[in-house]
Amino acid sequence: MSAAPGPKANGSAYTARFRVWRGDADGGELRDFDVEVHEGEVVLDIIHRLQATQANDLAVRWNCKAGKCGSCSAEINGRPRLMCMTRMSVFAPDETVTVTPMRAFPVVRDLVTDVSFNYTKAREIPSFVPPPGLRAGEYRMRQEDVGRSQEFRKCIECFLCQNTCHVVRDHEENKQAFAGPRFLMRIAELDMHPLDSAEESGLDRKSAAQEEHGLGYCNITKCCTEVCPENIKITDNALIPLKERAVDRKYDPLVWLGNKIRRR
Amino acid sequence: MATTETAGPSSGGVHAPGRAAIAARQLRTDRWWLAPAVTVTVLTVFVVYSTWRAFANADYYAAPYVSPFYSPCIATNCVNMKGGADLQIFGPWWGLSPALLVLIFPLGFRLTCYYYRKAYYRGFWAAPPACAVAEPHRKYTGETRFPLILQNVHRYFFYFALPFAVILTYDAALGFRDAAGHWGHMGLGTLVLLVNIVLIWVYTLSCHSCRHIVGGRLKNFSKHPVRYRMWTWVGRMNAHHMAFAWASLVMVALADLYVYLVASGAFADPKFF
Repeated sequence: MSAAPGPKANGSAYTARFRVWRGDADGGELRDFDVEVHEGEVVLDIIHRLQATQANDLAVRWNCKAGKCGSCSAEINGRPRLMCMTRMSVFAPDETVTVTPMRAFPVVRDLVTDVSFNYTKAREIPSFVPPPGLRAGEYRMRQEDVGRSQEFRKCIECFLCQNTCHVVRDHEENKQAFAGPRFLMRIAELDMHPLDSAEESGLDRKSAAQEEHGLGYCNITKCCTEVCPENIKITDNALIPLKERAVDRKYDPLVWLGNKIRRR
Repeated sequence: MATTETAGPSSGGVHAPGRAAIAARQLRTDRWWLAPAVTVTVLTVFVVYSTWRAFANADYYAAPYVSPFYSPCIATNCVNMKGGADLQIFGPWWGLSPALLVLIFPLGFRLTCYYYRKAYYRGFWAAPPACAVAEPHRKYTGETRFPLILQNVHRYFFYFALPFAVILTYDAALGFRDAAGHWGHMGLGTLVLLVNIVLIWVYTLSCHSCRHIVGGRLKNFSKHPVRYRMWTWVGRMNAHHMAFAWASLVMVALADLYVYLVASGAFADPKFF
């Protein structure tokens, strides 16, 4: 360990106090480290310095270090964030920085969690249904028709929204019934896709979102939006519109009647 | 939440087997409790104040101003409002405050509003109190069951909110009269009612259900250019729905308070012209 935490005379460098969770599925604890911080660094840099100097076997998942791969999701001072996108300058030099793994998923080791829950949920969402009579390369869509879906495609699948959503974070038993914000957003994306032909093939994504993927569990408290590193307005632009579409299907007799008349 | 048992924290939450063994239920170091505390305080003050005023059945009209809590006034026991929305649908058998007959609609609109739901689920029910702060409930079913499944009726309250906004616009226009009913006058009360109705309109039109109805439900915007344009406008306002929700809530109470102060004689309405 280096010197006591706090500002140091060495230019803009200082020694920070870090508390990092170390352990595995059988148990673990928060351990204290004093580690050097330089100007312009992010939390992931400090975790790498810890690996290099004090805890060589510290497990951490990372890849691009540019906020685009979604690998280094963790909780920093209790807030779900990407370690590579959390600047050290947001913390006071004498502040203890606590880093833990995501707390909604089973831990593998140290800061690495098993996020396979999300892959299971991804497989449960019926994929894009190609329009009949059009081959790949023949799709033509106008920008205003794909603008909404494009926002959702910014998702880097860091699963911070899935981790933060209290429906599964605080209630393990809901994991079976609830797809989570990332995959409800996927349903919204496909339902808004101008060429998706699910409805023509008998697949009603709106009702399925409510009946099979647990849309009703969402109580729109917007934590998914709050933690999204891509600043996707998950709640306002995906979940609430999807809830309104489910209302069209299931709770609005006027829309139901209108659709019946139009079909005749 | 009615469908949530509150007997104690779930063992299946952040302390579920397999998850990182961290004793603390949350590790946030910022003032995460501030927003829910402010929400609870402001909403409680509003509920207490509006309940008192709704039951008071007095001091709600000071010509030419009518309190937004009492408009439209649809019972015969309303005071005479000189050209106002005094509809007298309910006969003399209705002995309670006429506000109780109409307030259910704006109340329902706000109660089922997507923004207010977030605010009171967090503030009053701690589900969750803040992001990544463990909630105290053992079980959670959200809006999948009665009674919270009824939140899906929000769009009906939106439909009802529109005629209310029209009537309050009419009330604000009537504010350009003097106490004798002559047009071409304005006082501080006119300004108060105008600000109130502008905020009510922006809150109503920025509603998520409105956004869906005007265009959000479409799959192909390019086939509906007018509705796409409207959806874009509502979307821009919708981004500020939270701000409009708070501003209009506070303003409607202030507008009522202003009318109350003038009607009760505590304050004389300053006339501009």
